[in-house]
Amino acid sequence: MGQKTQQSHHMVAVTVNEQLGTKRKYKFFPRAWLPKILALWIVLVLFGSRTIYTRLDAVTKERRKEILVSMCDQRARMLQDQFSVSVNHVHALAILISTFHYLKNPSAIDQNTFAEYADRTGFERPLFNGVAYAQKVVNSGREEFERQHGWIIRTMKGEPSPIRDEYAPVIFSQDTVSYIGSLDMMSGEEDRENILRARNTGKAVLTSPFRLLGSHHLGVVLTIPVYRTELSPNPTKEERIQATAGYLGGAFDVESLVENLLSQLAGHQAIVVNVYDVTNSSDPLIMYGNQYEVGDMAPEHVSRLDFGDPYRKHEMMCRYLQKAPTPWSALTTAMLAFVVGFLVGYIIYSAAIHIVKVEDDFHQMQELKVRAEAADVAKSQFLATVSHEIRTPMNGILGMLALLLDTDLSATQKDYAQTAEACGRALVKIINEVLDRAKIEAGKLVLETVPFNLRSILDDVVSLFSEKSRRKGIELAVFVSDNVPEFVMGDPGRFRQVITNLVGNSVKFTEQGHVFVKVHLVEQAKAVVDAKMINCMNGESEGVLGDHQFQTLSGYEAADNQNNWHTFKHLIADEATGYHDSSKVKTDDASQKVSLSVCVEDTGIGIALHAQDRIFTPFMQADSSTSRNYGGTGIGLSISKCLVELMGGQINFISRPKIGSTFSFTVDFRRCEKYAVSDLKKSISDDLPSAFKGFKSILVDAKPVRAAVTRYHLKRLGIQVEIVNSIRIVADLFRKNGSIIPLNERLPDMILVEKDSWMSDEDGCSGLQLLNRKQNGHTYKEPKMILLATNISNGEFDKAKAAGFADTVIVKPLRASMVVACLQQVLGLGKKIPGKDMCKGSTFLRGLLDGKKILVVDDNIVNRRVAAGALKKFGAIVECVESGKAAIKKLELPHSFDACFMDIQMPEMDGFEATRLIRDMEKNANEQWNVGCVNNDEATKRRAWHLPILAMTADVIHATLDKCLESGMDGYVSKPFEEENLYREVSTFFESKPLPDSVV
Amino acid sequence: MEVAQLQKRFLELISTVYQEGFLDDQFVQLQKLQDESNPDFVVEVVSLFFEDSEKLLNNVATALQQPIVDFKQVDAYVHQFKGSSSSIGAQRVKNACGAFRNFCEEKNLDGCLKCLQHVKNEYALVKRKLEYLFMLEQQIVAAGGMIPVIP
Repeated sequence: MGQKTQQSHHMVAVTVNEQLGTKRKYKFFPRAWLPKILALWIVLVLFGSRTIYTRLDAVTKERRKEILVSMCDQRARMLQDQFSVSVNHVHALAILISTFHYLKNPSAIDQNTFAEYADRTGFERPLFNGVAYAQKVVNSGREEFERQHGWIIRTMKGEPSPIRDEYAPVIFSQDTVSYIGSLDMMSGEEDRENILRARNTGKAVLTSPFRLLGSHHLGVVLTIPVYRTELSPNPTKEERIQATAGYLGGAFDVESLVENLLSQLAGHQAIVVNVYDVTNSSDPLIMYGNQYEVGDMAPEHVSRLDFGDPYRKHEMMCRYLQKAPTPWSALTTAMLAFVVGFLVGYIIYSAAIHIVKVEDDFHQMQELKVRAEAADVAKSQFLATVSHEIRTPMNGILGMLALLLDTDLSATQKDYAQTAEACGRALVKIINEVLDRAKIEAGKLVLETVPFNLRSILDDVVSLFSEKSRRKGIELAVFVSDNVPEFVMGDPGRFRQVITNLVGNSVKFTEQGHVFVKVHLVEQAKAVVDAKMINCMNGESEGVLGDHQFQTLSGYEAADNQNNWHTFKHLIADEATGYHDSSKVKTDDASQKVSLSVCVEDTGIGIALHAQDRIFTPFMQADSSTSRNYGGTGIGLSISKCLVELMGGQINFISRPKIGSTFSFTVDFRRCEKYAVSDLKKSISDDLPSAFKGFKSILVDAKPVRAAVTRYHLKRLGIQVEIVNSIRIVADLFRKNGSIIPLNERLPDMILVEKDSWMSDEDGCSGLQLLNRKQNGHTYKEPKMILLATNISNGEFDKAKAAGFADTVIVKPLRASMVVACLQQVLGLGKKIPGKDMCKGSTFLRGLLDGKKILVVDDNIVNRRVAAGALKKFGAIVECVESGKAAIKKLELPHSFDACFMDIQMPEMDGFEATRLIRDMEKNANEQWNVGCVNNDEATKRRAWHLPILAMTADVIHATLDKCLESGMDGYVSKPFEEENLYREVSTFFESKPLPDSVV
Repeated sequence: MEVAQLQKRFLELISTVYQEGFLDDQFVQLQKLQDESNPDFVVEVVSLFFEDSEKLLNNVATALQQPIVDFKQVDAYVHQFKGSSSSIGAQRVKNACGAFRNFCEEKNLDGCLKCLQHVKNEYALVKRKLEYLFMLEQQIVAAGGMIPVIP
């Protein structure tokens, strides 16, 4: 056992771990990653915003560059245009000279004419400082030329020219450049080259830039050849040289040209323009602009310039003067994007953190929950184990004590042993209660749904407490409304437990007065309340009578006045009148629910007001003095509450200290199927014989509630009851009958008299006695006189006998079986009563088992023999088989066995298996019977097959029991047999045969 | 022998048997089951027990000598033996069987063999006591005395 327990604890731990393990898997994502993810996100956002920035910036730059390009191109084009216009004019001048100097003879132009003309047309060539014309003079013609013009040719430096092949002295010059008159242009290296190239190509050619003599501006010299004759369309170089007459040249002031140009254009200050001569690409010569680089270097644009000289290449380079302004819009957009991205990231991050935190909390809670549940399971298991472990040795103790009590003991020893035994029993009871409670808490308690007779359960409970109530002189009574169906479906054991607990409490805490159990339908209670309301309105008085007697069962005041006569009579009235019928109609309805209201009323010590709200808390009694005076753990009520709630009802109470308590609860049962009821009636209720049907009786009782209770018990036996207030009335009745020959009226078969009615009515009694004697002579069947008493002393008993109650005294509380036994005896219908030499338990067992056919299944021959012996002792007819298979063979339907005791551990087929097979067989048979209902033999008319099967087992641990029930067994008995255990189990299935426990 | 002496010896035996735990409450219950309708009940049951036990002990011994011991089978035998011994109230045999079953569960052959020896011893002891008891009973009855009620 210890090992087993340990194992199961281990199992609990393992399941806990497993649960935790599976739950861990659902984690959102690891917490440690979160900051990393956030950082990654921020980096991403950073990159993103940077990209946005560069894109935007690039767009801006592109646009800026485009502007620059267009500006630069525009400037270059304009410069080119202006230049070519000027060059055209020089061309025109050249043609002028050719026409008027050479083709006219004599020449129409002289220096003065030229100078004037050039001056006057100077606006056409705003970019030229001045123009001059140099004539081609070969060395042979020098002398003549010098003579003709009257000056000698000089070099650029002003000296007379040395002898050369060819000269090009300036003959005409504008006034602005008159200083070059008579200078030989061929003497300057630059000019000479220019001249040669110009006359070779026939085009305007340019020199490289140089500082002009006059203005010190950078400039270039433009040279155009002037031909003497018209040239052929494609002249060769020699032809050109041959035809050359002279050269027209002009200084071209590039600097002022560009300056002028730029100043005409908008935005000239924003850009820097440089013009270069790039004939020698490796060494560009600047023509305009600052040689040192200024302005923004980054975007620059170069536009090609074509000044008409194919030999020379020029270009214009532009760039911005200012650095590009900081791109604020791009910057802010990027920043904004970053901030937005960052915020979004952060929000997600904090959300994730929150989720993770919540998840962590959740896991923690889950873990705690699992742990708490495990602890709870462990607690329940511990309780169950410990209780079981205590029960086992307790059984030993109790057994030994029972043995001890059987021995010869002195009075004191016997007293001690009895006390010890009582204590042991109490302890076992407590343990059972704790076990029950643990079971309920663990939710392991499953309610049965079987048909049972409510009234017989109440009878059982009454019989349980009859001894105690008699000893205390308390009136214990049960009343079940006629409207409550005889059989209901529910859990009889648990119902009994609740009733037993409540009645037990009541009996325990009541010293005088009564304990009254009343059962009726919930709807009825409502109807009664309605009726009461009407009565109240009609002005009827409630409560006490004039003589300060309370109209309750015993005349003592009760806490709740719902059971006093004023209310009670409505209940009975309802039954008598139409209500019964209406509920009958309801029975036919689909409504399967039977809601019962049960109340247990006592006139005991009541519950202190301050303790009333914790009365259902386990281990709480009203106060500590209660447990001192009355004992008990206080767990019973809490179990009752749990059970009642499990059965779908509610429990509550009304209590007044020193007056009493009334506990009432409701339960929901189901109605029995009709055919089932009739079957059950046949099989179970044979203990209430119908022999009394149609008997008439007169009940003498001054207390209406008590009278109603008595009538209820008699009515169950089919006896008609007439209630009268006093014996005098009966006597009158008889006198009348005695004097007058009876007509068709039938005399009552019995007269029942309450003890206190008799005592208080001594005279009437004697009259009755007289009457009896007188009647003895007659042929009438005399009515039997029966005295009803709660307790009766020997003296009183004798007196009663003398007074005429010779027949019997029924000592209350009333129970159907007991009343039957008494009446049978009185009326001579009695059965033979078994001998009294047996002890009480054995008597009961004999009553239960007598004549029953029982099958014992056990593979162990010794066990078989012992079990058979034990059962035979109680009158059972026993048959033994040694295996599950043999048992099944024996139990093939139909069979005549009343019960089966089955060993669990057997080779080949164990008890569980065998039971399952037997149950299957029964089920099939029942189904066939239900479906077919073929032949109306007596055998098939039986109710549904269900053989009570009890497990016989040595180790009665809960698991085994549960398994027993699972496999269809009805209970278990410990092996070796123990009388009490056996009785407890067997009594569930067999109705006890009536046995007298009344004073006869 | 005199009846009184026999009765005294019988009582002594009974008390030692209970004190030393050879028999327990169950045997008392068994005796209670014996009545006029069933006069030889106890003797009948106990001799059944002897037969059954010897068979079972043999079975166990054989099973334990197998090259491959079927501990389940052994356990089943011992369980049976435990059941029958508990039925007649042979407490010490029952307890020994309990220990035996633990070894079976552990599949401990040495332990099992030791236990078998132990169970055999206990069984022999209780058998001797019971036989002696019955013998005394018979003698008492033969001598015309009453079997004393077990205290």
